[in-house]
Amino acid sequence: MSDHRDSEEIRARPIGFWRDVQSVSSRAVRLLPRDLAMLLPALVVPVFFYAVTIGALQVLAADVADGLDYKAFQMPVALLTTVTGLSRAPSLVMDIQGGYFYRLLLSPLNRWALLLGMLVADVVVFIGLSVPVLAFGVGVGVRFSTGFAGALVLTLLTALWGLMFTGFPYAIALRTGNPTAVNNSFLLFFPFVFLTPAWLPREAMTGWLSAVATWNPVTHILEGMRTLFVDWDGLAMLKTLAAILGVGLVSQALAFSALSKRARR
Amino acid sequence: MSASVVCAREVEGLNQTTPGIVTRKLSRRFGSVEAVVDLDLNIPQGEIYGFLGPNGAGKSTTTQMLCTLLRPSSGEGRVAGCDINTETAKLRLRIGATLQDTALDEKLTGRETLTYQGRFYGLSRAAIRRRIEEVSPILEVSALDRRVGTYSGGMKRRLDVAASLIHNPSILFLDEPTTGLDPMSRAEVWAQVRRLNSTFGVTIFLTTQYLEEADALADRVGIMDEGRLRAEGTPEELKRSIGSDVISVKVGDRPTAQATEALSGLAGVAGVEFRGGEVTVACVDGAAAISPVAVALAATDLQVMEISLHKPTLDDVFLHLTGRRIQQEGMEAGSVVEDAPAGTITDDGQTSAGAHGHP
Repeated sequence: MSDHRDSEEIRARPIGFWRDVQSVSSRAVRLLPRDLAMLLPALVVPVFFYAVTIGALQVLAADVADGLDYKAFQMPVALLTTVTGLSRAPSLVMDIQGGYFYRLLLSPLNRWALLLGMLVADVVVFIGLSVPVLAFGVGVGVRFSTGFAGALVLTLLTALWGLMFTGFPYAIALRTGNPTAVNNSFLLFFPFVFLTPAWLPREAMTGWLSAVATWNPVTHILEGMRTLFVDWDGLAMLKTLAAILGVGLVSQALAFSALSKRARR
Repeated sequence: MSASVVCAREVEGLNQTTPGIVTRKLSRRFGSVEAVVDLDLNIPQGEIYGFLGPNGAGKSTTTQMLCTLLRPSSGEGRVAGCDINTETAKLRLRIGATLQDTALDEKLTGRETLTYQGRFYGLSRAAIRRRIEEVSPILEVSALDRRVGTYSGGMKRRLDVAASLIHNPSILFLDEPTTGLDPMSRAEVWAQVRRLNSTFGVTIFLTTQYLEEADALADRVGIMDEGRLRAEGTPEELKRSIGSDVISVKVGDRPTAQATEALSGLAGVAGVEFRGGEVTVACVDGAAAISPVAVALAATDLQVMEISLHKPTLDDVFLHLTGRRIQQEGMEAGSVVEDAPAGTITDDGQTSAGAHGHP
């Protein structure tokens, strides 16, 4: 009995918002190695398509845009393809379906920390996947005129884009609790990434695709990222950040609104 | 003065001293459906309270309101001294809850599950280690370093309960903790619930659709049906309320008014109820009454299939209160046996409707 009497001193207490985020993210990060089946394709597929695209279009692209380093030109596409739509949303759906999400709701954790903690794990994934993709590019001859700092900024922009886009799958996960719906959120990826100057520079595009690409925020993200291989361009960086944050504002607003609805009593 | 007492004194109308569970006219509506209606509870600290009723009676809705997962449509309540509407954050620190389905992450190990649960509640690493050491043997949670996905149903349920206790709550909600478990696992959970209450002094709010579970575990039982609390008391009080003994008679035909009048006129018979092919005779001394009952039935045109004498069960209480049985052999627990409109013939021979208020 004495042990149990001792335990009377142990009482739950609120630990503050950031410690809540830390606790939730710690669990999400710990589970990452147990979800390799989800992460490996996200790494292999973009590298495969990067290699195929270079092999198929490099010569043609040189005809269209004189002096274009097509390997560098395609690198941001490979990076965005790697991270766009990837998130812990499927894991969140499993938490909802398995009841663990309700255990979290029963705890004193701040509601926003439930999502922010997962976003932290997503950033770890995005950086973890961007580095090998970038390393592959460097291995096949991609060079940065902006040096290591340029490569670092490219990696951080990739992670930031991935993070801002996660709001869509999280919103679907929290609204529906349905794994199929979350998997189908991948469809959003296609218009965002491919209705852009993904294959050729915007100057070489014509007709409706050129018009759509102009209004697609990802166009500005790709173009800003591509400048990092050539030189620092402050205006391009600002446009890139504005485009990323604009999409993020919409997607994360949807996600946090869905979280509020899911957690509403 | 403890914080819980301070909380309790802020609202008028509720019991101001109990740190357990108190509700007044607690209600929850889903559209036009009234899931819980005007529920009044007063559960002192340290009690095991059995909340008994069939599926759809409003048990889980009540639990969710008391655990802060669901906002009441009206009414008020305090759990561990905290208002369920306005002090949800404080309340969550003081309660543990095991919901109807196990709420575990199958990719975590048992130890990780308990450790994260401790972290979510702000426990230090040393405190978490100590609580895991204390809670695990009591709940017989073995294989803590295996992933939860490899656990059996019984082990998952035990881990689920352990996770709800890691932060040393003063009140534990167990929502149908043994549903879906085999009899051996069910008996283990019962033993654990008793140990939790006796060792830690935890107040336990146990919802169940198993009559024998409420009977075996609960200090007091509340019987819910169609969102309303029909009766409340110790299992013995509830059973005594319908007589010392019960004679059940299964007949081939529906009882006639003549038959029921013949039975209700017998000496020592406190009441006769009938539904479909069954007559239930409540009496003070069953052994003395069974022969006269059999003789009286033989004089009627009823075909007697089976006659038995037994002590009243909570199922008999439920039948008495609602005109239906909560379960019957061979049926899934929690099923309500719908039958012909129930009626009661009191010992003065008058027939009345089946549903009643508190005994």
